[in-house]
Amino acid sequence: MALKGLDIFKLSPKTNCKECGCPTCMAFSMKVAQGALSLDKCPHMSAEALSKLSAATEPPMKTISVGEHKLGGETVMLRHEKTLVNRNLYGIFLCANMDDAEIDKRIAESMAVDYERIGERMFVEVIYVNAPAEQSPERCAALAKKAAETGRDLVIEAADADRAKAALEASGDAAKVLAGANAANWEAFNALAAGKLVLGVKGADLSEIHDTVEKLEGAGNKNLILDVTGASIKEAFSNAMQVRRAALKGGDRTFGYPSIVNTARLARGDSHMQAALASMFTLRYGSIVVLDSMSYAEALPLYGLRQNIFTDPQKPMKVEPGVYPLNGADENSICCVTVDFALTYFVVSGELERSGVPINMFITDAGGYSVLTSWAAGKFSAGTIEKFFKDFDIDAKYKNKVLILPGKVAVLKGELEARLPNWRIVVGTTEAIQLVRFLREFK
Amino acid sequence: MGFTAKAQVYNAAIQETVLGVGDKALTLGGARTQPLCSFDETWKNAPAVGVEVSDIPFETEGFPVLAEYYAGCESFGDRVKRASEMEGAKFVCLHFEGADPGGENKSVEDIVALAKEAAAATDLPLVITGCKNVEKDQAIFTAVSDALSDRNPLFMSAREEDYKTIGAACAMANGHKVGAESAVDINLAKQLNVLMTQLGVAPTSIVMNLGSAAAGYGFEYVASTMDRVKAAALEQNDTMLQMPVITPVALETWSVKESIMSQAEMPEWGDKEERAVDMEVVTASACLTSGSDAVILRHPTSVKTIAAMLAALA
Repeated sequence: MALKGLDIFKLSPKTNCKECGCPTCMAFSMKVAQGALSLDKCPHMSAEALSKLSAATEPPMKTISVGEHKLGGETVMLRHEKTLVNRNLYGIFLCANMDDAEIDKRIAESMAVDYERIGERMFVEVIYVNAPAEQSPERCAALAKKAAETGRDLVIEAADADRAKAALEASGDAAKVLAGANAANWEAFNALAAGKLVLGVKGADLSEIHDTVEKLEGAGNKNLILDVTGASIKEAFSNAMQVRRAALKGGDRTFGYPSIVNTARLARGDSHMQAALASMFTLRYGSIVVLDSMSYAEALPLYGLRQNIFTDPQKPMKVEPGVYPLNGADENSICCVTVDFALTYFVVSGELERSGVPINMFITDAGGYSVLTSWAAGKFSAGTIEKFFKDFDIDAKYKNKVLILPGKVAVLKGELEARLPNWRIVVGTTEAIQLVRFLREFK
Repeated sequence: MGFTAKAQVYNAAIQETVLGVGDKALTLGGARTQPLCSFDETWKNAPAVGVEVSDIPFETEGFPVLAEYYAGCESFGDRVKRASEMEGAKFVCLHFEGADPGGENKSVEDIVALAKEAAAATDLPLVITGCKNVEKDQAIFTAVSDALSDRNPLFMSAREEDYKTIGAACAMANGHKVGAESAVDINLAKQLNVLMTQLGVAPTSIVMNLGSAAAGYGFEYVASTMDRVKAAALEQNDTMLQMPVITPVALETWSVKESIMSQAEMPEWGDKEERAVDMEVVTASACLTSGSDAVILRHPTSVKTIAAMLAALA
């Protein structure tokens, strides 16, 4: 939250001693407010003033580390206002009440989801282990141990301190979050989490969560995450929105923490509804989004959505330059060339795959811009294509010697023919959607 | 100290537009809150789910549930009737793919006959989608608008190239609704609305199709365009961006590889129909969360799921 110069001036010594290099304390305060000088340039600030001012300059939402992942730390509600900084995590839900077959099935299905998409590894980052009062501490510990064996980060929710302790001990280093702290047990849970784990706070409603967070902060713990799941879908959405609004727009630092949303509790056994909710909470303020299980059917759209939403609007998404053989293409198949803008890659490769025609797709380094933009910027030209051919030794490796050029840069045909004399340069379509027919009819 | 939530209700509202006639008429828009935030103020009109039906029967290879749903349907009218019976369906979208001059190239007369057959099969509001060929779409929209003059349908879409013909023939002559289609850009969306109103189309006859993408395929542009359009409409009271938003989700999601690769080609991906449904459901949910007032879906499971989600959020 930005401080005003006058607020700083009120806390300054007001002696105009000039030791900071400014003619007056007022001038110094104004510079600090603009961010031009830091507070410690003034040797006479009282300790009380410093603590007040540093509290006021704290970010509105804390950044919390869960294993190697960072959560929270957002400064805007929507990505176009600046950018979102920390993507959410996806988790699966295991409960000691479930029978072992169900637990094993969920682990097996979810661990099988592990793939790469545009340079990012897509996998289930979190396993949410619930240790309810109905089950013995031993059973809860056995489940935590099994979950820990996957090597993923664990969130452990326990009904009481005994079960929490048993499950935490059994999971070793895998446990990253202890969830289930509430108005009644917060002291005992705080002692268990102290210094090692993020503490997850829940409550009957937002008011109760707010009170518990205040108590925990009073006890010195600011390494928290808020379970906003609530009793219904409507309540969960409302909670997630209200907490983020309070933190970023309302200046309420008590709610300046990331969140957990457990869709497995909101839509029991309904995987499609869970996928729909996980999508909603990816956009609106879930930091750890939990589902029953993660199949490829759910993962493909959800991870793709997350990858889209958590891109910086000022930086284009790029794919790695190189040769992408499609539909079983080999050195005797025809070739085409385009740019490394991720959207171009996905749309064009999708249409090429739909055509069923074996084709080698050449992705050149065009700075991550679209065909026309990169052409206008000189990043996609006969010269850059020739360089790509040299870098990847294309002329020696590919025998077919047909290169299809995007229709929008038909103008490059002549120069390319001069630079790549062995190749037959063919002008393709201006839109990706026309590619299927173009390729099927191409001789 | 507790926590007291502050309701965030704006002084401006999304414009209300009525589709269809009679008991089943559907009003889109009306909200004075951020998308889906019924906890700030109760919805005047819930966002709606519509069902897509094409004149060319859907590919059913690998989609046993979809095939079973339409089993026994012999005509376009049969399929329209069946579609309108889906749990949660509030309107039907007739997609005349077969009009494409590069495809089946059905004549304008054939399309009009199909539209009449569909209108007789359901009393839900109708949304008409063409074949993406600008000239053919103008011809079929004009003719279908005349043929369905008493049904108050929505025509999707009027673009920069053809808004004059479609705006004049469908909206001004017959009082029907038109979808202003722009390509994921707030400025283009606004410009088209300005042009259409200058032509004489009433703002309440316009619904915006801001463009869409399947989840993972550049959806950030869709989300941010919708976020910005809603912010302009509500925070700045920009009347040229207050039209309700309709998003043809199915048109995007059923052609991406997650929905078309067979299980034989991608064994680790598992069941193809599950993939297609989750792609449709995740994209639809993301569109509604970003601000769509209506989404068009294909699969009965998707329609049911998204309608249930909206009911739970109401």
